[in-house]
Amino acid sequence: MVASACLILSLAGSVFVLHRTDQLRPQATLDEVLFLSSPKVIKRASLGYDGLVACIYWTRAVQYFGYRHHSFAASYDLLAPLLEITTHLDPHLLVAYEFGTSFLAPQPPHGAGQPERAIELVEYGIQNNPDNWRLYYDLGFVYYMELRDYKKAAETFERGSHVPNAHPFLKVMAAQMAEHAGEYETARMLWSATYQTAQDAQIKENAVEHLRALRVDEDVLHLQEAVTRFGERTGRLPASVAELVAAEGLAGTPVDPDGRPYKLTPEGRVEIRVPDDFPFATKGLPPGYKPQPKFHTLQ
Amino acid sequence: MRTRIAHIASNTFREAVRDRVLYNLIAFALLLSGAAILVGQISIEIEKLVVINLGLTAVSLFGIVIAIFIGIGLVSKEIEKRTLYTVLSRPVRRWEFIVGKFFGLAGTLVVNTFFMAVGVFAALFYVSHKFVRADALILVALYFIVLEFLIICSLALLFSSFSSPLLSAVFAFSLFVIGNFAEDLRNFAGMAHGYSHWLATGVAYLVPNFSAFNVITSIAHEQPVAGQLIWQNTLYALFYATMALSGAVLIFEHRDLK
Repeated sequence: MVASACLILSLAGSVFVLHRTDQLRPQATLDEVLFLSSPKVIKRASLGYDGLVACIYWTRAVQYFGYRHHSFAASYDLLAPLLEITTHLDPHLLVAYEFGTSFLAPQPPHGAGQPERAIELVEYGIQNNPDNWRLYYDLGFVYYMELRDYKKAAETFERGSHVPNAHPFLKVMAAQMAEHAGEYETARMLWSATYQTAQDAQIKENAVEHLRALRVDEDVLHLQEAVTRFGERTGRLPASVAELVAAEGLAGTPVDPDGRPYKLTPEGRVEIRVPDDFPFATKGLPPGYKPQPKFHTLQ
Repeated sequence: MRTRIAHIASNTFREAVRDRVLYNLIAFALLLSGAAILVGQISIEIEKLVVINLGLTAVSLFGIVIAIFIGIGLVSKEIEKRTLYTVLSRPVRRWEFIVGKFFGLAGTLVVNTFFMAVGVFAALFYVSHKFVRADALILVALYFIVLEFLIICSLALLFSSFSSPLLSAVFAFSLFVIGNFAEDLRNFAGMAHGYSHWLATGVAYLVPNFSAFNVITSIAHEQPVAGQLIWQNTLYALFYATMALSGAVLIFEHRDLK
């Protein structure tokens, strides 16, 4: 009886003290430390159970990215090393390349802003999984979306199109890049292809968000051009969207993908009504608006 | 002779069960079901990989720990309890005693592995909701794990035949670790010159090579295992276990038990 009471009391005491200690040292348990940073050493130390250790490091990378992302972090110093360790332990862990590039390449707040590290990661993936066309697609995507390197993107899509069972759109993408076709058209093609070929629900949802944002960007661009034309013609700004629609002969009031009409500010700027609903939109945002970070994948 | 070995083996098995060795299955089941539920929530797209990797790693590690900790006591405990004298006073030869003990321990591990395998497949079904043809490859990984157990059992018995339980555990575990570095040792031997080359080559071939048995990662990615590797690993495990058992028999035959 006494022993049972002692056991319960001491357990409660240790939990209480630990809780207080955690308050003294906030985030101590999530300290950004990689005790072992060499993938080779970790592989040896895993005693042949490298598959399980790779899964652990992959989970750690996901947790690290998620934590930094949600705390609006500007740097992701451990992300690339964690992904490197993961893929060295298990070079066939495709999910680490596919999501890893999505974490690394985009600029903050959507990602780590390290497209070069993303390229290194996918190149390593291609080296170890040369028959996987999706990796070429991911690489071409980084070259196009993050670096605007059309030549490299075209080369990568072309390389990928030669992989057995590669999706036919890689050939189309290679041609599109080579021609430097319209930005919106190309981007829409990439996201549509991503939506059609992805199996993961998060990736599909992300592609839809980007497609919606692309439509907003394109609409705002065209409307803004119409405002400029109106100003040049009349010497004043249109008083409302309705006046602009009538003057330009547009078919109905232009609305965003959610069906809300676009807004025309007294300064003549076309804006979307609820910017938070289009986290990847780059046009039509109020001055000084800061987008909320949202899980973002390239594919 | 066969009957005597079978008797010793079944007694060893019963003793292991009485020692509540199979209780490890509860820990295994908790570990696996916990991982299957949790990983889906904290990671991305690796539920199946984790179940296969974690399941097979746990089967392997639990089995190795059991093999070492039971194996090292198989001979010394009998001497300590003086039950060995009762056994040997009957028409049982010393080598039959060692071989019987080996089969008893191996049997315990095979039964243990069978139940764990059922657990792995159940967890796999829980996360995938179906089985695919490639899942059958898990059986190959399990077979290789059992082959590893045979080697570890024989080594534990070998050390148990001449050393104390503590030292036997240290030796057996060290050989398990070194065995995972056998290919590095061979690479080192290739780079060395003169005597060190021959010494390193000798050591590299003497220690068990466990790296060839580890196909867990590739099987998790549904990569097939070459048929040649299956029979070569089988032959290697049989040769190595026989070698270690013969060593154990030789030492035990010449040991003064008075």
